[in-house]
Amino acid sequence: MNVSRRWLEAFLRRPLDSADVARRLAALGATVDAIEPLHPGLEQVVVALVREVRPHPNADRLRLCDVDDGSGTPRHVVCGAPNVTAGKKYPFAPVGSTLPGGLTLEKRKIRGEVSEGMLCSARELGLGQEHDGILELTTDAAPGTSFLAVADIADDRLVVDVTPNRPDLLGHKGVARELAFSFGGTFRLPAVPGSDGPAMPTPLRSGAEASTGGVRVAIEDAVGCPRFLGAVLRGVRVGASPEWLRARVEAIGMRSINNVVDATNCVMFELNQPMHAYDVSRLKGPAVVARRARPGERLTTLDGADRPLAGSMTVIADAESAIGVAGVMGGAHSEVTPETTDLFLECAYFEPQGVRATRRQLGLSSEASYRFERGVDLWNGPEVLRRAVEIIQATAGGSLDGDPVDLFPQVSHPPRIFLRPARVTQVLGVEVPWDAIERYLVAIGATVVSKPDDGRIAVDVPGWRPDLVAEIDLIEEVARLHGYDNFPTELRPFRVGDLPSAASEGIDGRLRQGLVAEGLFEVQTLPLGPAAGAESVRVLNPLSAEEGYLRARLLPGLIRRVEGNWAAHIRDVRLFELGTVFLAGEVGSPPREEHRVAGVITGAREPAHWSASGKSPDVDLWDLRALFESTAALAYPGATVQVEGGEWVAHAPGGQVIGWAGVASADAPPWAAPVLGFELLVESSPRSAPRFEPLPVNPAVTRDLALLVPAGIAAAALGDAIRKSAGRLIEAVEVLDEYRGAGLPAGHRGLAFRLRYRAADRTLRDQEVDASVTKVLTVLREQHGIELRAS
Amino acid sequence: MAESHPQSLLDALRPRLAAVAGLDADALEAEQIAVLGRKSGALTALLRSLAALPPEERRAVGAAANELRQAFEAAFEARAAALAPAAGAAGAAGLDLTMPGRRRWVGAEHPVTRVVEEICEIFHGLGFNRAIGPEAETEWMNFGALNFPADHPAMDMHDTFYLDVGGDARPGDGKAVLLRTHTSPVQIRTMLAGPPPYRVVIPGVVYRKDPFDPSHAPVFWQVEGLAVDEGISFVDLKGTLLHFARQFFSPTTKVRFRPSFFPFTEPSAEMDVSCYLCGGDGCSACKGTGWMEILGCGMVHPKVLENCGVDAERYTGFAFGMGPQRIAMLRYGIPDIRLLFEGDMRFLAQLGRAR
Ligand SMILES: [Zn+2]
Repeated sequence: MNVSRRWLEAFLRRPLDSADVARRLAALGATVDAIEPLHPGLEQVVVALVREVRPHPNADRLRLCDVDDGSGTPRHVVCGAPNVTAGKKYPFAPVGSTLPGGLTLEKRKIRGEVSEGMLCSARELGLGQEHDGILELTTDAAPGTSFLAVADIADDRLVVDVTPNRPDLLGHKGVARELAFSFGGTFRLPAVPGSDGPAMPTPLRSGAEASTGGVRVAIEDAVGCPRFLGAVLRGVRVGASPEWLRARVEAIGMRSINNVVDATNCVMFELNQPMHAYDVSRLKGPAVVARRARPGERLTTLDGADRPLAGSMTVIADAESAIGVAGVMGGAHSEVTPETTDLFLECAYFEPQGVRATRRQLGLSSEASYRFERGVDLWNGPEVLRRAVEIIQATAGGSLDGDPVDLFPQVSHPPRIFLRPARVTQVLGVEVPWDAIERYLVAIGATVVSKPDDGRIAVDVPGWRPDLVAEIDLIEEVARLHGYDNFPTELRPFRVGDLPSAASEGIDGRLRQGLVAEGLFEVQTLPLGPAAGAESVRVLNPLSAEEGYLRARLLPGLIRRVEGNWAAHIRDVRLFELGTVFLAGEVGSPPREEHRVAGVITGAREPAHWSASGKSPDVDLWDLRALFESTAALAYPGATVQVEGGEWVAHAPGGQVIGWAGVASADAPPWAAPVLGFELLVESSPRSAPRFEPLPVNPAVTRDLALLVPAGIAAAALGDAIRKSAGRLIEAVEVLDEYRGAGLPAGHRGLAFRLRYRAADRTLRDQEVDASVTKVLTVLREQHGIELRAS
Repeated sequence: MAESHPQSLLDALRPRLAAVAGLDADALEAEQIAVLGRKSGALTALLRSLAALPPEERRAVGAAANELRQAFEAAFEARAAALAPAAGAAGAAGLDLTMPGRRRWVGAEHPVTRVVEEICEIFHGLGFNRAIGPEAETEWMNFGALNFPADHPAMDMHDTFYLDVGGDARPGDGKAVLLRTHTSPVQIRTMLAGPPPYRVVIPGVVYRKDPFDPSHAPVFWQVEGLAVDEGISFVDLKGTLLHFARQFFSPTTKVRFRPSFFPFTEPSAEMDVSCYLCGGDGCSACKGTGWMEILGCGMVHPKVLENCGVDAERYTGFAFGMGPQRIAMLRYGIPDIRLLFEGDMRFLAQLGRAR
């Protein structure tokens, strides 16, 4: 909401400082996002007296002027305006000043004559469109006086961030009410120049139908339009707005159109009630009816667009067809034009949700729809209409034809709320004195109907505060006007809750620690991306097609981040992410969410070091396998890693697949190393504590076996076979070495295993171990055809 | 003139003696000149000035000054010997110990994670346990239960992503499925899980349909908190959040509360903290105001309590929410939120070392 400082000053009858106003409003809950000085660039413009005017020797339409700008040095100015007259005063832009249009004045020659500055027209000063000549000033001010001081046009536009619960602050009156409280003063509507005061009789209250000035007025859709006021003004002269009205409309950032349209806009920004003026001669009937749109009905709105209407929309119609979309925009056909002489003025209440639905359906927002959506004052129509009639009569003349009408089929009143001072204390933590509570409620325009004899106060809330519907709403008002900073700030004793912390948080912490210790950096990527398989969940209203689906895996996002690092010529990349993936759930239900961890590593295994001549081998699959297994152990208790289809797959104890590791495909530059990645489901139930096992007290005995292994036999299978045949004394079987190369039969490789034996209760004797090794070798030879490698 | 008295000059020089053992070669040379330099050494000048003192004092101070000079000389000599190139090379087995050590890759948590953890830890100390919840929710959980009036302009503050989950639910009917626009649905889940008191802090990712720009992202982190019990008031809200601000920013941080609007709290407030870069004098980080907007908060709206089956006459509470990404950007001076999503190793390493 744009607010004019001068307009507020007119309400409060006192000069205001914009920064001070912003501070006061912020303390009351309305943040001022910006303070924009109007008429920037006029600071250097001064009042100047033209002493003499002579013809220009080389140009018929130019004149030479001697100008007194108060500097003591007469200025020679070449002027093209026909109205420049010796002895009169004009705004003067000296050399070096910059005008609102961006023009910086220099001393220069025009047709051979020196010109030292410019006498300005209203348009050149950004003060209107008139360009008939330079702006004549009627002032006693001495030459050299600041033009802004004389013209009295200095103003600031305050951009107020109005929260959706406060429609009253969408009008200057509402803002003035807050400031009046802040200053401890009063406020009232600004006087209308040229008016002797409001003269409109009270509108005649009716049900759903009436007539005024020969126009039939009716409500046929009382849901969409619960109240409708109308007046007919005849003999109006549509024309340019007077200076004060144009300044107000432009101060809040609207374009001045004509005195009638400007008057309705002025009322809207003053009282937060959108209005509309129709040309009576264009109304069929003549009639103005609030009804639902008919099937197939269309309307060309004020913006020139032809729009189809839906049966759910409330429209304003004449006897034949729609002439406006209720609360959103009027129609082009019945618009007020310079030829209009007779007006029908509409001041209605349109139901907020209906307006919201309609403007969405039409994709058409306006200042009016913005206000109706948030709720205008249902009970203030007569005052608004009176104000509009006063301004129009003062600026465009005309007289009322008959008494205005007020259709209000189902009369209602603003709600009455009961407030308990004890509840105020309960919520706010300290007692607010009763007289202060009453003062605050009166300041917002409420009526305190009864005193708190029975422990509660009856409060009639004002119609312009549709947000006040329950006791807690009044408590907020008490707190707000009391001042949040005036409440104590204490850390009082508290009880803790019963709910334990979510287990997953601790597990995430351990996963992060583990991966950071492995030299990986945590990243957070966008969980939106392209479709990835049938399980992907689609976003109905994505920002872009590339971000049209929720991620079903973490790895693709990480790989894109690796590619981003490659683009910055970074070869060694180690990243991980903890996050949610989404998989389609049951029809109509939220998707299934899985909490996962994923990691990628590529490039050097270690930072280069001089001891290895600055070389470090790249990470390979064995680095990945270890990283995968250690992460799986943290992410999912009891997880096992198996080889399936040439990749590693992690299984939960129940057999469910919970993870994957392998080489990831990426869009890699030629110098990049392969990208190795893994992804794992994180089991988020609390972990059971590990159990202590007694540490061994007896020494172990180890034996190394170098085996000649034919193709097709996996190391893991061989290890299992050794473990099974070695008897109960075997403690561990580890792969020690792999050899492929010269000296082996074709298709064979050498595998060395280290067997570790131990007995819990005694020191092992060599004979026992030798017997076991012999048995192992027998089994390997007889069942697997594997021999010891000749050494 | 106490400063220039020989005794106080002597006292001022003493701490510098111990520091000699940590100087590198360049600093050592400079310090030697500064203390014992023939022309302008502090101790040299002091010794020279002794002549002007009365004999008694001259003797006492002179003895101490000479003692100190000897100590300095010894320290400079020892330090020079330790730094001699030969000493480096003469380490164990003739190695050059100035050669760089063998490093390992060092990873780091994401800066936003660190901020989230810190926030949660501070509230944990105030009795708040952690709660989490799903990121896809029904409209009712995200809006309705939190007292957003159906189809109201208040919803415009939350530009929402809706999901295609099949079925006949439509945006606006309460059953439609969306990506949560705040972590507040977890407040509802917490209260539905059991009776008060509740005291939880809720970290999580939320979604709004805002395209990326330097200060907006379609996905961002939030940390919310909820405290509900008998006797909890606006005073507790202010006290708790001031305590948080002083723990998180600095012990001298000031806070300011301004009225605001959220459908699920009433009274609602925005909390500003005094700018921790300029201390409130005004700088570019706080746009000259001296204040930084950090979090939204308020007393839990009775409707929200009732929607969760909590007796709103008996129980009251407060809730608050903040954006750790914004806080991380302010704290580390990160100019563009997109840097937090790009996974650039240099960025992550830089902030991984920061604290
Ligand atoms: Zn600052």
